[in-house]
This record gives sequence, C-alpha cells and structure tokens, in this order.
Amino acid sequence: MNEWFATLADDFYGAFIESDRWKLYFQGLGKTLQIAAGAVILGIVIGIVIAIIKVSAKQHSNNRKCPIILKILEKICDIYLTVIRGTPVMVQLLIIYAGIFVTMTDGTIAAIVGFGINSGAYVAEVIRAGIQSIDKGQTEAGRSLGLTSGQTMRLIILPQAIRNILPALFNEFITLLKETSVAGYVAVQDILKVATNIQNRVYTIAPLMITAIFYLVLVILMTQVQKQIERRLAQSDRR
Amino acid sequence: MIDVKDLHKYFGKNEVLKGVNEHISKGEKVVIIGASGSGKSTFLRCLNLLEQPTSGTITFEGTDITDPKQNINKLRQKMGMVFQQFNLFPHLSVKENIKLAPVKLGIMTNEQAEKKALELLERVGLPDKANAYPKQLSGGQQQRIAIARALAMNPDVMLFDEPTSALDPEMVGEVLELMKELAEEGMTMVVVTHEMGFARSVATRVLFMDQGVIAEQNEPEEFFTNPQHPRLREFLSKVL
Repeated sequence: MNEWFATLADDFYGAFIESDRWKLYFQGLGKTLQIAAGAVILGIVIGIVIAIIKVSAKQHSNNRKCPIILKILEKICDIYLTVIRGTPVMVQLLIIYAGIFVTMTDGTIAAIVGFGINSGAYVAEVIRAGIQSIDKGQTEAGRSLGLTSGQTMRLIILPQAIRNILPALFNEFITLLKETSVAGYVAVQDILKVATNIQNRVYTIAPLMITAIFYLVLVILMTQVQKQIERRLAQSDRR
Repeated sequence: MIDVKDLHKYFGKNEVLKGVNEHISKGEKVVIIGASGSGKSTFLRCLNLLEQPTSGTITFEGTDITDPKQNINKLRQKMGMVFQQFNLFPHLSVKENIKLAPVKLGIMTNEQAEKKALELLERVGLPDKANAYPKQLSGGQQQRIAIARALAMNPDVMLFDEPTSALDPEMVGEVLELMKELAEEGMTMVVVTHEMGFARSVATRVLFMDQGVIAEQNEPEEFFTNPQHPRLREFLSKVL
C-alpha cells in the first residue's frame, strides 16, 4: 500500500512539479476559460435573440396579423436549432475550423465561435421554455396597464423567467465548459491538450488526473455561483 | 364613452361573440351575467383588446380602438382591468406593483408614484402591506392590491373580469365592498360577475349574455323581478 502511494506521489511530482510543468496547466486552464467564457457570452446573445423571435412568433400566431418577416425569421431559427442540436459539437467545430478559420494557426477564435453557436441553440430552448412557463395572466396584466410588449417582457416576464431558467442555464454552462476539452482538435492549447502533451513525456495517467481535478474544481465553483444567485432571486418567495 | 358595434369573435371556427352591440356611458355601472361559455368574459376582454375582435368596431372616448393605427397602449392606460386570478407581479413588492406602470410609462415621477401608491393602499385598507410581496397576502388582499394597481393609472373606466370567483367565500365581501365604494365615487365600471347581490345593489344596468349575444338587459330591479327571456328566467332560477 505504501509503495502504491509512493508511486502515485512520484507520478504527480513528475507530471506537475518537475520542470515547472504546473505553469503549462495554468496556461491551458487560461485558454479553456477564455474559450468557455467567450462561448457562453456568444451563446447567451444568440439564445436570447432566438428565444424572443420564437416567443413573439408564437404570440402573433394567435392573432391574424403576423408579420411575414417574423415568420421567415422563425423558420431560420427552427433550421438552426435542428441542425445544431442534430449534429455533434465536435463535427461542427471541425467544419467551422476547416471551413472558415483554417488560415489561422491558433484555433481559439474558431473554438469560441463554434462552441458559442452550439451553445446558443441550447440556451435558446432553455430561455424560450422559461418565458413560456410564466402565466399568460402576467402578460395580460402588464399590457392592460398600458405597458408595451417590450416593457412587459423586460420588466415583468424576464425577471420571473430568469429564476425558472437558472438551473437549466447553469447546467448548459457546465456542459459547455467540459465540452471545450475537445478544442485540442482545432489546434488550441487548452488544458486537456497541455495534459496530453505532458503525458507523452511522463507516460503516466497523472496529467489526466490533474486535468480532471481542475475541471471538477471549476464546476464546483460554478455551482456555488449558481446557488448564490438563486438565493438572491428567492427574495420575493419569503412568506 | 364605450360604443360597441356588431362585435364578432371567433376562436378558430368557434364563434364566441355573434354580433354584440352595446353603448356604455360615463358613470354607468354595467354588470354582465350569464352562464359560462356565454361569451361574457370574451366580450369584456375585447373592450381593451386583450382579445382581438374578429370583426366589428369598439369606440372608446371617440377613438376607434380596433383601428390598427391607433396606439392601443395609450388607450389601455385609461382602462383599468382587474382579473379573476389577480395577476399581481410576484417578483415585486406591493408598492412596486402599484408604481410600476405610472413610473415606467413616464406619467408620474418616482416620488409622485410613491405618494399615490401609499394613498391607494390607504384607500383599499392595506397601508401596512406596502413592502409585502404578493405571496404573503390572502386572496382578498391580493385582489384589493390589484384594484389599487389599476387605479394608479387614473383610468376613466374599470373592467372587472369575475373579480371574486377565485376567492374563498369569507374574502368575497371585502372585495365587493371596495368595488361598491368605487362605484359610489362615480367610477364607470363594467363588471363580469356571478355575484347577483352585487348586481342588484350596485349596477345601474344588468346585461344577460347568452350564446354570444346580449339576450336581455334592464335596470336591476326590473331585470331580476321581471325577466322576459326564457333563458334568463332559467338562469336566474338556478342562481338565485
């Protein structure tokens, strides 16, 4: 048993401390975070736009005067959702890299765009479901007071919807963070790519274990942030 | 004040309103009764275009509100509405519920709205609930707040869509009492309700809706003691 621990410690020393390798992990971590953060922001923007198009198209379908442009936009959104959710993120990423960003030696931009476009589809559905979970009476109350549909959405529906959306949204962010680990395939030195490089030198699984720990800590931190936000939003639930 | 001409409303192929004509003058308290499915709620909701009429015109204070060129948001500011399910905004405190529309629409400054909100809370008998959240209140209290919220816009007419139907029996009285006070102060009111006592004592006119049309209407005394339409007789014999 002691021997086993000794080997383990040796492996970790070789994979992390020796030759200042830990610096490489943190560089990789920086890349991973950069891609994940960029993709989350892009995904939220795409998601909100699509959700609003889909929700307003649905609202308009109840009365006869649905603008033709809205119908076209809705169709485009539907195609986007079908294609993005129907194909693997890895394939999308490789296509974007090879098709658009191939001239760049560093695939960071390609990864941000690729993961952002992918995440946008999922975020859109989460937000749409959140908006539609709010009782129709809330919209009617807002409109009956003379508020515009935009004001009603912004002041009444979205603040309530966010609470319902939050768990699913963070779920998506966590998934996204972990999915960025395939970014190595488009020439990005993210944390997993760094780890596999080191693995090729030390020939142990220690670099992979270290990477797993990094991801785990990140996800735990994100979960804590989520809990904080949920606590703050629960204010009006006091009885 | 409100003039309705040949109002039709379809939900899909189902014709809910089959040509309603009605004129409501300033100061009137019109109570609409009828069996469920008779179109009374739909009619009320058409008055501020929460339901888009399929055909016909509604004129409010001289403006044809069914004309798509009219700014419906502007017109709705003058028509307060109270819902069966209260529809208070659960993420806002009572005071914020009342202040939201006047402030966001630029009708009042924050200070003016604050003052107005506290006045209205006094008036509906809930001055100590300003900072409470809707979930902390009983149904009757919520509905009184909802009335205060509608009044904050200084509407010219108040529309009530079965305001007491979702309340526990012991809370119906406080809401009806408030509505009665409002009526006595001269507010123009259109009320869809099943409360026959309220109709009798407060209404200046009672309408009976049946199968998408106004089948009969009269002053409350005549209406209840001497109904003409066989369907109204049948309805009254069941509810009275």
